[in-house]
Amino acid sequence: MTEEDKLKRFNICIEQDEKIEPKDWMPEQYRKTMIRQISQHAHSEVIGMQPEGNWVLRAPTLRAKKILLAKIQDEGGHGLYLYSAAETLGIDRGEMIKQLHEGKAKYSSIFNYPALTWADIGAIGWLVDGAAIVNQVSLQRTSYGPYARGMVRICKEESFHQRQGYEIMVTMMNGISEQKKMAQDAMDRWWWPALMMFGPPDGESVHTKQSMQWKIKRESNDVLRQRFIDKTVDQAHFIGLEVPDKDLKFNEATGHWETGTINWKEFHEVINGNGPCNHQRMKHHIKAHNDGKWVRDAALAFAETEKNDQKQLITN
Amino acid sequence: MDTKEALYNYCLRLGDNNLVLGQRLAEWCSNGPILEEDLAMTNLSLDHFGQAEFMYEYAAELEGKGRTCDDIAFKRNEREYFNALITEQPNGDFAFTMMKHLLFSAFAQHLYESLSLSNDKRLAELSVRALKEIKYHFRHSSEWIVRLGKGTQESAMRTQYALNELWMFTADLFEINKIDETLIGIIVDSNELFPAWKKTIETVLNTANIKIPEKVHMLKGGYNGKHTEHLGHLLCEMQYLQRAYPNAKW
Repeated sequence: MTEEDKLKRFNICIEQDEKIEPKDWMPEQYRKTMIRQISQHAHSEVIGMQPEGNWVLRAPTLRAKKILLAKIQDEGGHGLYLYSAAETLGIDRGEMIKQLHEGKAKYSSIFNYPALTWADIGAIGWLVDGAAIVNQVSLQRTSYGPYARGMVRICKEESFHQRQGYEIMVTMMNGISEQKKMAQDAMDRWWWPALMMFGPPDGESVHTKQSMQWKIKRESNDVLRQRFIDKTVDQAHFIGLEVPDKDLKFNEATGHWETGTINWKEFHEVINGNGPCNHQRMKHHIKAHNDGKWVRDAALAFAETEKNDQKQLITN
Repeated sequence: MDTKEALYNYCLRLGDNNLVLGQRLAEWCSNGPILEEDLAMTNLSLDHFGQAEFMYEYAAELEGKGRTCDDIAFKRNEREYFNALITEQPNGDFAFTMMKHLLFSAFAQHLYESLSLSNDKRLAELSVRALKEIKYHFRHSSEWIVRLGKGTQESAMRTQYALNELWMFTADLFEINKIDETLIGIIVDSNELFPAWKKTIETVLNTANIKIPEKVHMLKGGYNGKHTEHLGHLLCEMQYLQRAYPNAKW
């Protein structure tokens, strides 16, 4: 089969909404895009463990500790199977981590904001995971099979995360005045970054067009963002939280909430490494990775010896 | 001290061991040597917090003053915690943490096995639950100690160092005080667990080529609330929100 025929077959597959599987032929650019997107997603799950891990030791009740730990474990688990999904495309985890450390692979910019108070744990679960779910539900229909199936699993757990986040916010809004203040402060700091999670507006998104054609992306940034806004504004109002946007208004005709302008300058600043925690997050990850090298080396050396011992047993 | 009060205190001891270990393990979150181990350690931490919770719940019931497990977990002072000294020691490197958990989980396994036969039904029931988890903790830490002991020169050195540093806290696990004396018949004398524990530990350490240090001066006092300086800092961080906002519900 010529390259042209293979491409034709690939395009038909995409057109008919069939999944692309690891052994199928795919254009090199499709493979690259998938590796970039899945590894970025995996890194995001793993880096996201840092801001939440920052509060595990200070979580105020045993139940809160257990829930937060379970949530962080879920995130790490998502990281694991996303790395595996990316590995089906011919890259290994070590290489992906190397790319992350060299700044060649990115992770979600949202984790470059600090988790300053306990209410931030609520806001992260409710807003950050909430935004992630909207995106991930849409990705359940993405064209690459292993990624799509991974999303189905991930979405189930993410909806639990969002609920736990919202539950923290509800508890705090029903609490003493300091707790309410903390919750509103977290809302003020996380609202806009959460809206930015969907990426630049449709007109300016560099990857969107090709990704939509290949059905990697099924809905545009703005469509997904609007879905999140409509869902979340009502949840905020319901518990007495103010949305930090003086231009926010409900459009009766369209049935949608309309927000003020997003500060895209801030978005690009953070993406380009100038967010409050970019440096800290990377330094943390690199340090843990380097500190753990002797453990990984020991495990490999041990496995090697065991293998040789077994070989000897067999030949003897 | 009557039996009920002794049992209350004994449950605090069991709960505190778990709370402090859970807290220490949680410090590994996002710092593990490999993602799989990061998850394993937070998972062990989660088990310990769960065990702390049900031990405190029983303690609160025995006390009968309407306190919750969180009141007990978060609102005591340093000298009112009765965990063993080894549990509060800082994590050190991965070999140090695994060694700490090997020594403790082997102890806890033998302890829970004996407590699961207690004539205090509730304590027996909770011990059965805890035993299921602690068996896995023992397997996890013992496998790592063998892997590290027989891995590379560096890992063997770090593992031996960990044991040298931690051995002094092991006798503390088997200490008995008035609480134990009052509860004889309900709980087993910890001294009786020592030979079995020693044998378990030796089996693992021998396989790992790690030697038990000789002539070590033993430090004791955890069950009487006499701790190392490390505990205060751990509690300080853990209790922060409950102390800063005593009227808040979380």
